[in-house]
Amino acid sequence: MNLLYKIFLNPFLQMAAAPDLLAQTLWEGLVAGVLYALIALGFVLIFKASGVFNFAQGIMVVFGALTLVGLYDILTRAGLSFPQAAAFLALALTLGVMFLLAFGVERLVLRPLVNQPDIILFMATFGLTYFLIGLGELVFGGNPKVMISQQLYLPRGSIDMKWFGGLVSFQKIDIAAAIIASVMVVVLSVFFSKTRIGRALRAVADSHKAALAVGISLEQIWVIVWFTSGLVALVTGIMWGARSEVSFALEVIALRALPVLILGGFTSIPGAIVGGLIIGIGEKLGEFYWGPLIGSGIESWLAYFIALVFLLFRPQGLFGEKIIERV
Amino acid sequence: MRAPSSAEAKVGEPLLSVEDVSLTFGGVRALTGVSFDIRKGEIRAIIGPNGAGKTSMLNVINGFYRPQAGRITFKGEERRSMRPFAAARGGIARTFQNLALFRGMTTLDNIMAGRALKMHRNFFWQLIRYGPALQEEVEHRHRVEEIIDFLEIAALRRIPVGRLAYGLQKRVELGRALAMEPDLLLLDEPMAGMNLEEKEDMSRFILDVNNQYGTTIALIEHDMGVVMDLSDRVVVLDYGRKIADGTPDEIKKNRIVIDAYLGVAH
Amino acid sequence: MLYREAGQFKTSYASDQAVFPILQDRIGIVVILLAAFVAVPLLGDAFLLQAVMIPFLIYALATIGLNLLTGYTGLLSLGTGAFMGVGAYACYKLATTFPEVHVLIWILASGFVAAAIGVFFGLPSLRIKGFYLAIATLAAQFFLQWCFVRIPWLVNYNISNAIEVPTRTLAGIPVTGPTASPQTRYLITLTIVVIMTWIASNLVHGRIGRMWMAVRDMDIAAELMGIRLLPTKLLAFAISSFYCGVAGAMMVFLWYGGSEADTFNINQSFFVLSMVIIGGLGSLLGSYLGAALIFILPILLRLVPPQLGIPIHPATAEHVSFIVVGILIIFFLIAEPHGLARLWQIGKQKLRVWPYPY
Repeated sequence: MNLLYKIFLNPFLQMAAAPDLLAQTLWEGLVAGVLYALIALGFVLIFKASGVFNFAQGIMVVFGALTLVGLYDILTRAGLSFPQAAAFLALALTLGVMFLLAFGVERLVLRPLVNQPDIILFMATFGLTYFLIGLGELVFGGNPKVMISQQLYLPRGSIDMKWFGGLVSFQKIDIAAAIIASVMVVVLSVFFSKTRIGRALRAVADSHKAALAVGISLEQIWVIVWFTSGLVALVTGIMWGARSEVSFALEVIALRALPVLILGGFTSIPGAIVGGLIIGIGEKLGEFYWGPLIGSGIESWLAYFIALVFLLFRPQGLFGEKIIERV
Repeated sequence: MRAPSSAEAKVGEPLLSVEDVSLTFGGVRALTGVSFDIRKGEIRAIIGPNGAGKTSMLNVINGFYRPQAGRITFKGEERRSMRPFAAARGGIARTFQNLALFRGMTTLDNIMAGRALKMHRNFFWQLIRYGPALQEEVEHRHRVEEIIDFLEIAALRRIPVGRLAYGLQKRVELGRALAMEPDLLLLDEPMAGMNLEEKEDMSRFILDVNNQYGTTIALIEHDMGVVMDLSDRVVVLDYGRKIADGTPDEIKKNRIVIDAYLGVAH
Repeated sequence: MLYREAGQFKTSYASDQAVFPILQDRIGIVVILLAAFVAVPLLGDAFLLQAVMIPFLIYALATIGLNLLTGYTGLLSLGTGAFMGVGAYACYKLATTFPEVHVLIWILASGFVAAAIGVFFGLPSLRIKGFYLAIATLAAQFFLQWCFVRIPWLVNYNISNAIEVPTRTLAGIPVTGPTASPQTRYLITLTIVVIMTWIASNLVHGRIGRMWMAVRDMDIAAELMGIRLLPTKLLAFAISSFYCGVAGAMMVFLWYGGSEADTFNINQSFFVLSMVIIGGLGSLLGSYLGAALIFILPILLRLVPPQLGIPIHPATAEHVSFIVVGILIIFFLIAEPHGLARLWQIGKQKLRVWPYPY
């Protein structure tokens, strides 16, 4: 009885007792959720358009951020004196690098494997992950780096509100991240549904052969998609790096986008957002209010358990299509 | 081509009967109120235009789809549907319209896989193989070799099935179904994509299975010549409903059936 | 001319179904075993044994374990590291709680503990398939890793969270712990790995192997043939986890001599998975080849360039080996998705007809 009380009643009482803490936790969860959603968004873009489950999405986030910081270092050391100029030049160059990466992946990985089963393509992105980790560590070194937030005009500091009899503080960078993420989601949704290229992307996601039959160039589409995904990854990397630091540990955290995908489905953009928010908020609430019962650090696996429980009831996720098997 | 035994002499009690079976997916009514029976020892053809629900009917019998309404009675036991495992254990085997071979395995292994239900040597003997487990493998290998001889695919034993020609793959699939020593064999378009010679071979095999082993066969087929020659009785489906049921001669002359095939509204 | 089957007639099904039907293969296996059991310990130095052979064998065993699950049964698992860890910690607890019982028994018993945990985390496979199941195995990986850190009982309340292997003996000779010699540990490892490989081979060549492959290739058809999916999948999880658990226990007891909280993390899972992919899914030989390539590559990169006069930092060697592994994985998937094992088979085919081209 005491145990039931502890699990099902006490945490809610705690929440009610200190609403400012609850608001703070919810906000933290929301921000984390938004960032997970952005990573999931990158997955969804690639999966929607090429049917490939891009295991390397997480490392692309890290790689993008590392490239940005690394190029900035090179530029300032080469004598470019205005930090903002160096920052934006580095940003432009990083975009170029992400484009080259997309181009390289399409040419060297996707094209040779074009008709292979999904599991083979997944394993190819697994190889890509190894490659990018090695390359990133080789070129930029394994030490954590500081994101060039100031130079990119990213806001610092926080807004503190006296709410619920206590203090709830909103980091400005977090607010910026939430806004930027929302804008990206809206832009991408519109892009997919309204533009010619967006339609072509959806066609390719449905059937490669049919898309080819109507004259859509698969190669172009794939480069566009992987580049867009790389762009999303870069933005995510910048935001995440600005909040903490740029390191390879992020790659493992990025794996938590997978439970987001389970909840939201592999092909739904709004699903990625909803899933991200559920996982982000669920994780933070779980860690803060139920964590002390079990032990600290349950964040590392809570997201997966939430997704697992979900899968048992709805194997195709919240937004996914029901799989009807035909024989 | 056929032994001149009359249909009546072969007909026994109904082995399987479906009553009033209805099946819907989403908005599609695949089957509506279908009833017929399959008698022991006969070759029953299920025919009808494309999309009539023939494969869905087999899937219901197999336990793969669960109908929303109706009953299936198999070997005297009546139920709404059977789990696929129970259907297999009860003696129902089948081949598939689009081939469902285990592509990563050789012909021999595919057919040996059909013996899965009959191999019992427990796990611990499997761990060491030499001894009872190997003995059992060899025993079943004898049976499988009989089937391989019967189907004349001995040269293909060690070839991974993915590399075989389509017609031969269909034969291997038949072999795998036969390895189960079924009481009821469901064949879904066994002649699809075959040339005349292959069809004659396959027809011969089907007849031999029926004559030699007494296996009851339910057969979906589009080639009318094959249907007329092979089957004892025919049931005709159209848009998920049964529109005719009788001997091949009766069906050939049935106005409704002819209209259905010609696409005449009825 | 050498590698010919001509003249070798099989007169019984039993001999036709033998694992090594060709005489030259059988001789080859005997030669390899002799080399492994006799030549290597006599001629190899401590470095070869300690840093190359022992870990190679352990990784080969873990790769076989993952291959049984992913290659033969088609269930992708990203939790290999955690299952190895379960074996390691189980062995540690059993060995320290019951020091009178022989440590080898505990190494094998820890496999059963890992198998039980594997079955538990395999239960979702009833409802979940493919990538989704891989994510369920990630749940296992992160949860178990958390347990290794957060349950002090597992490390016997050691503050630093590390475990150190106690000295245990076999017939008076130390086999684990700081006093055990590389030769002893190598021979024990080799024996265990050889026996377990033999057992794995028996399983995959018999009805259980066929059941697994049937489930992998077309589970609907398998079910309609009477193969029960859940027991088959759970058996795969159980046996795979058993092998990984034993490999983990051996890793701690016979190689490292200890372990830290971070040893059995997700990178370990990735490591073994890359061995499976490159070696060849669904091949026991491939497991050995993949483990050899992936494990020995970084060592070569560290040792060879200095011999050629090119200085190389150990960290750089590791980074470069990551890059090479990534490229190799992609290359193999493009050129030969069945991995090194298939290349080996093709090589043998060519050898059969040599000196003729076909």
